[in-house]
Amino acid sequence: MDALATPTAAPAPQERPALMSSGTKQKLLAFAGLVAILVFFSLASPNFLQKDNIFGILQSTSVNGVLAVGCTFVIISAGIDLSVGTLMTFTAVMCGVVLTNWGMPLILGVVAAIFFGAFTGMVSGLVIAKMKVPPFIATLGMMLLLKGLALVIANDKPIYFNDTPNFSMISIDSLLGAIVPWLDIPNGVLILFIVAILAAIVLNKTLLGRYVFALGSNEEAARLSGVNVDFWKVVIYSLNGAICGVAGLLIASRLNSAQPALGQGYELDAIAAVVIGGTSLSGGRGTVLGTIIGSFIISTLTNGLRIMSVAQEWQLVVTGLIIIIAVYGDILRKAKA
Amino acid sequence: MTTLVEVRNVGKSFPGVRALHQVSFGLAPGEVHALMGENGAGKSTLMKILAGIYQRDSGDVLVNGASVDIASPRQAQALGIGIIHQELNLMNHLTAAQNIFIGREPRRGFGLFLDEGKLNADADAVFKQMKVDIAPTATVGDLTVARQQLVEIAKALSFHSKVLIMDEPTAALNDAEVAQLFSIIADLKAQGVGVVYITHKMDEVKRIADRVTIMRDGETVATLDAKSTPIETIISLMVGRDLADVGRVAPAGAPGDEVLRVTGLNRGKAVRDVSFALRKGEILGFAGLMGAGRTEVARAIFGADKIDSGEIQVHGAPVRIDTPADAVRHGLAYLSEDRKRFGLVTPMNVEENVTMASWSRFLAGGFFMRASALAEVADGYVEQLRVKTPSIRQETRLLSGGNQQKVVIAKWLARDCDILFFDEPTRGIDVGAKAEIYKLLRALAEQGRAIVVISSELPEVMRLSHRILVMCEGRITGELPGDGATQEAIMRLATQREARAA
Repeated sequence: MDALATPTAAPAPQERPALMSSGTKQKLLAFAGLVAILVFFSLASPNFLQKDNIFGILQSTSVNGVLAVGCTFVIISAGIDLSVGTLMTFTAVMCGVVLTNWGMPLILGVVAAIFFGAFTGMVSGLVIAKMKVPPFIATLGMMLLLKGLALVIANDKPIYFNDTPNFSMISIDSLLGAIVPWLDIPNGVLILFIVAILAAIVLNKTLLGRYVFALGSNEEAARLSGVNVDFWKVVIYSLNGAICGVAGLLIASRLNSAQPALGQGYELDAIAAVVIGGTSLSGGRGTVLGTIIGSFIISTLTNGLRIMSVAQEWQLVVTGLIIIIAVYGDILRKAKA
Repeated sequence: MTTLVEVRNVGKSFPGVRALHQVSFGLAPGEVHALMGENGAGKSTLMKILAGIYQRDSGDVLVNGASVDIASPRQAQALGIGIIHQELNLMNHLTAAQNIFIGREPRRGFGLFLDEGKLNADADAVFKQMKVDIAPTATVGDLTVARQQLVEIAKALSFHSKVLIMDEPTAALNDAEVAQLFSIIADLKAQGVGVVYITHKMDEVKRIADRVTIMRDGETVATLDAKSTPIETIISLMVGRDLADVGRVAPAGAPGDEVLRVTGLNRGKAVRDVSFALRKGEILGFAGLMGAGRTEVARAIFGADKIDSGEIQVHGAPVRIDTPADAVRHGLAYLSEDRKRFGLVTPMNVEENVTMASWSRFLAGGFFMRASALAEVADGYVEQLRVKTPSIRQETRLLSGGNQQKVVIAKWLARDCDILFFDEPTRGIDVGAKAEIYKLLRALAEQGRAIVVISSELPEVMRLSHRILVMCEGRITGELPGDGATQEAIMRLATQREARAA
């Protein structure tokens, strides 16, 4: 009980200038929340802290985590992408077409997924930047369009990867386990962390990252400063698309199939993870680390509630409440500042 | 004479509007050239052409004697033209250095990574040159408006700009900050930078400008020596006519019964122990510098912000106002300085805006809106307040600033509000429309309404008010009679800072 009480202890009075930025605080709070959830479930169920279960949580975070990392870029730039779920599925289907239907080598399947992801993201970016369609509408359209395309291309049936035996390598096998036997973390999890680290570097150390924040903070100011706003928007959505392609590979590998009917709904989990992680939906503020913590909060919660035999319906209720509470906490803190 | 920038016979039209016609203008090195004119005279359009935001339709633009086309903001920068917009164009979440070098970040590692060290060092060098102490790593959103403005100036200078355009740079600055800005401008002059200075403030023109160009209706009317030209000449050139009697607006005759009494109002540091009373038919002015807490007082009374303590009496009875809805029910109305954001629903038409605060009265059977009654009321106010609009079906965004202001007033009159708070009622509207608003305020007071006017323009407060309350740092520092107050007396009270104990 103490562990649960600590992170929500009365906030210290905030008279003087804040020591930490609001984003840092939100991240710490999200992290404390994650720890609290972990401690709570560990105490509540002996099955929770088992290695298999922890790996299960890691594995189930990988897809949502990767999608959420992509969304982080878009959302910090004050955009939104509702198509990431069905885009992920679309890339999985394209990968299936290349590997199973055409019998090409694995590497081309990987390239295809990432290429079609980036290409589709670029289309969204062009619609938003050049045709000036609001991101919400543009990507809502793309969401439905891609869902339909995936079903058409796959002929309404799953595409299995039985002819590509190495395909499970992407997500399920463990490269680390081959070196350190007890640390057999699935490759999917490894990929999540690699994607996250690369994304964090791009966001904080490169021009692209700087413009992501600039667009989200004040697009007009960036434009008047000579920044090619349209171009960078297209780049941001393309990058997000490419990252969705990685997620497509992960989910296809885990299921050993591309399931064309899957995907819708993933975008909301991804956006939820981003928001819980302290990224502002109005743009200009956010971190990759926060998003990763947010993803883990969602998957840990789902896993823990399932272990405690809470009905799935109630899992949704709890997740919904957590999202609202997390963002409300952020608003309260900002009001005080 | 050599010129940094010269504009010759430039014309520019927008659909349905001729914004500029045969405009000519020149800027010499080391010169501060003021650009004056009423709103809509074309100053901003001209400057946006120089900044590469708009393209001219006709005429020539010469930079250092050579004819150029300025196709983009980036090209303007390359030509050494920097602009500091009236609405600051900064990215609040980014640091000062990141803002200054946005779009041309120094990089390292084969151009792959940002060179944050060089970025901050370069920004620091610019600040040093300006003799200001802003940390390059400070987040811009945490800086005061004045310091944000300095960041904008630093940004313009970092391009080694030879021409600096400033669009009403002192609008949000206090005296000390204005003085700092002017000393920076003096330094720039000495370095041969030319400054185009757009302003409405005559005293500033006198203080820093060498020449002044006056624009009216999209044309340049005259270019004169700033020091020797009398202010009256400048004003009459701006307006194109001699201003009618600028007498007092506050109606003569003693105000009636007390309608509002505020006692011991407190809200954090913004509003501290504010007490005052307001009578029927009275116009009470609130003067003070930007940030003195005048708007905060109005918002607190109106229930828009929570108060820490204080008592409010309306018509002698204590009332509790927690929300704007409570305030409106007690007959209080607040007309925000930012009409577009808080006062008007611009995509909606005049009728809808006039009636929206009182829609519940126009229901037939508790459900349906009585369209004819709505139109009747809206028509009535359009006539009474002389709103210039083709019809009550006109979208309010298409009206001029002064007429938008009238629509907001009509909304509250339609709601039977008799205690009206006007926050900067004439900001952003031109001299002609101002006179109309003054007349209207007078008429409202004569009809027995009680009026509070918050204004940063001292002559305006003095003309309008029966009494003037002056605020500084959240406190009321004094009361002056409207008739007989001097600008000096008001300024003394407005800068009367509290002696800090402890």
